[in-house]
Amino acid sequence: MGALRAVDGASVQPSRRATARPYRSLRKAITSIIAKVIAYLLISITAITMIFPFYWMVSSSLKTEVEIFLVPPKWLPIPPQWNNYVYVFQQVNFGRYTYNSLKLGVLWTLGVILSSSWAAYGFARVRFWGRDTLFIITLAAMMIPGQVTMIPMFLLMNKIGWVNTHYPLWVPAWFGSAFGIFLMRQYFLTIPQELCDSAKIDGCTHFGIFWRIMMPLSKPALASLALLSFMGSWNNLLGPVIYLYDESLFTLPLGLTRFSGMYVTYWAYTMAGATITVIPILIVFIFTQQYFVRGVVLSGLKG
Amino acid sequence: MPVAGRRAYERVSLWERLKRSEHAYGFAFVAPLIFGLLVFTYGPVLAALGLSFVEGDYISISRWVGLGNYGRAFRDELFWRSLVNTTYYVIGTVPVGMALSLALAIAMNQELRGIVFYRAIFFLPTITSAVAISLMWAWMYNPEFGVINSILKMLGIKGPMWLASPRWALPAIMIMSVWRGLGYNMLLFLAGLQGIPKEFYEAAEIDGAGAWRKFLHVTFPLLSPTTFMIAILSVIGGFQVFEYSYVMTRGGPLYSTLTVVLLIYQRAFETFEMGYASALAYILFFIILVLTLIQFRGQSRWVHYEL
Repeated sequence: MGALRAVDGASVQPSRRATARPYRSLRKAITSIIAKVIAYLLISITAITMIFPFYWMVSSSLKTEVEIFLVPPKWLPIPPQWNNYVYVFQQVNFGRYTYNSLKLGVLWTLGVILSSSWAAYGFARVRFWGRDTLFIITLAAMMIPGQVTMIPMFLLMNKIGWVNTHYPLWVPAWFGSAFGIFLMRQYFLTIPQELCDSAKIDGCTHFGIFWRIMMPLSKPALASLALLSFMGSWNNLLGPVIYLYDESLFTLPLGLTRFSGMYVTYWAYTMAGATITVIPILIVFIFTQQYFVRGVVLSGLKG
Repeated sequence: MPVAGRRAYERVSLWERLKRSEHAYGFAFVAPLIFGLLVFTYGPVLAALGLSFVEGDYISISRWVGLGNYGRAFRDELFWRSLVNTTYYVIGTVPVGMALSLALAIAMNQELRGIVFYRAIFFLPTITSAVAISLMWAWMYNPEFGVINSILKMLGIKGPMWLASPRWALPAIMIMSVWRGLGYNMLLFLAGLQGIPKEFYEAAEIDGAGAWRKFLHVTFPLLSPTTFMIAILSVIGGFQVFEYSYVMTRGGPLYSTLTVVLLIYQRAFETFEMGYASALAYILFFIILVLTLIQFRGQSRWVHYEL
């Protein structure tokens, strides 16, 4: 509409437009500069607000027990007390917690992406009895808050002897996640049907099409789903709180919670512990930002 | 000939026929999912409903109480307290958080340099675990030595006791929560903004619309599906808030930060009243469901899907 009108105006009244243009574009240029200045101001102030707590965490983790309680505060941790980190690693088994978190994150993520894309292929490319009903039932599962299923799940895990093991924290992921299935199905639907048809003529079964055609072509969607799943597992607190009792099984968030409970007033150590849990996911994020962003945008689409 | 043809078909083994059947393939693809839905979702949902009618711990069910657990919730002052706290939390965080992140998204949508860098910074709190976030803010909120009250003191303001004060503990958690959710919601808004065709703005400009009227008559209506979705997700997420209170205050002081999910957790895994905890979980489920339905009902008034 707008484009059409602009074209009309240019062709029918060339003289009027030519005189009006300098004023309009000058005004427009000023408005746009003002808008950009305001935008930069807003963005910069927000950026500082976002960064500061992280800076304060790292800075506090490098202070001595005396420095940390100075009023007014000491803004720079000079000289940095790297020994705080040595002490934290000696006192608490953060190495073990990191290993546990990594292990659960990898198992959970592999489970989610494999099982979800497996089911999603069925929904996207196979016609079978009851397919659409089952899809609606799957999506409805997203509406159920985890707190409702939490207690019966605990009873079940207790019955089969899985309490105080890592199993409850990764095995369920291998049976499909509703969100993952939705996301992968949407992506599979964008892959041309002709590709699958020609593979079928070449004698490929559905399993072959799934593994040799759909999965390699879906790498961006798989990467986004993998990162969101990994982040969910890595930051999960309620699950480990409910299921894990032995200290050797703790994950980073649980270990950090217990550690901070023991060292309530030792803020330098607590902040060192917090920094240790933030760094690994930060490294992953820096290298995979675009997939994270895409994943978040897709995750919003489910609503 | 037709008879022979039929014989040839029957000679094909059952296995061969299954391999050719689309239904069998379909079932093979969804079999793990069906198992998962039964064992990890719908089975537990039904079991929780059953549990909400009994009394018992994790060893045994002691007796059937019918709707007794729900009646108990109705009379339980702590439950009402947690419900008021959680509602207050949602009302206080969702609109403010959405307005701020929309403003930020509009700023980010101007063609500026360094967007990727800023986007990464805004997203930092989202990828960080709630535990680490809670601890760093708990330290900043420290009444005597925390950096927030130190800054306020420099400005000549005597800061409150924050997490140690029944009046300020929940607002403190809410401020942190808005801060944490800003980047995530901004990203969703930004994706929505970038989906609005430029021609609409050009048309509005030709009609003489200024920045505010462009926002009111182009951006807001065309962004409404995104806004609606963020509102739904934020309300659902807000009613399930748990970690902040669990890490920072354990629900205190004086139950001022006790949320519904924290209460469910405490009843289920600290006092081992699984029947009562299941009933509370069902009440929460019902509240979330009703609020979501109300929002869906109300969307026709302000959400525009046509382009």
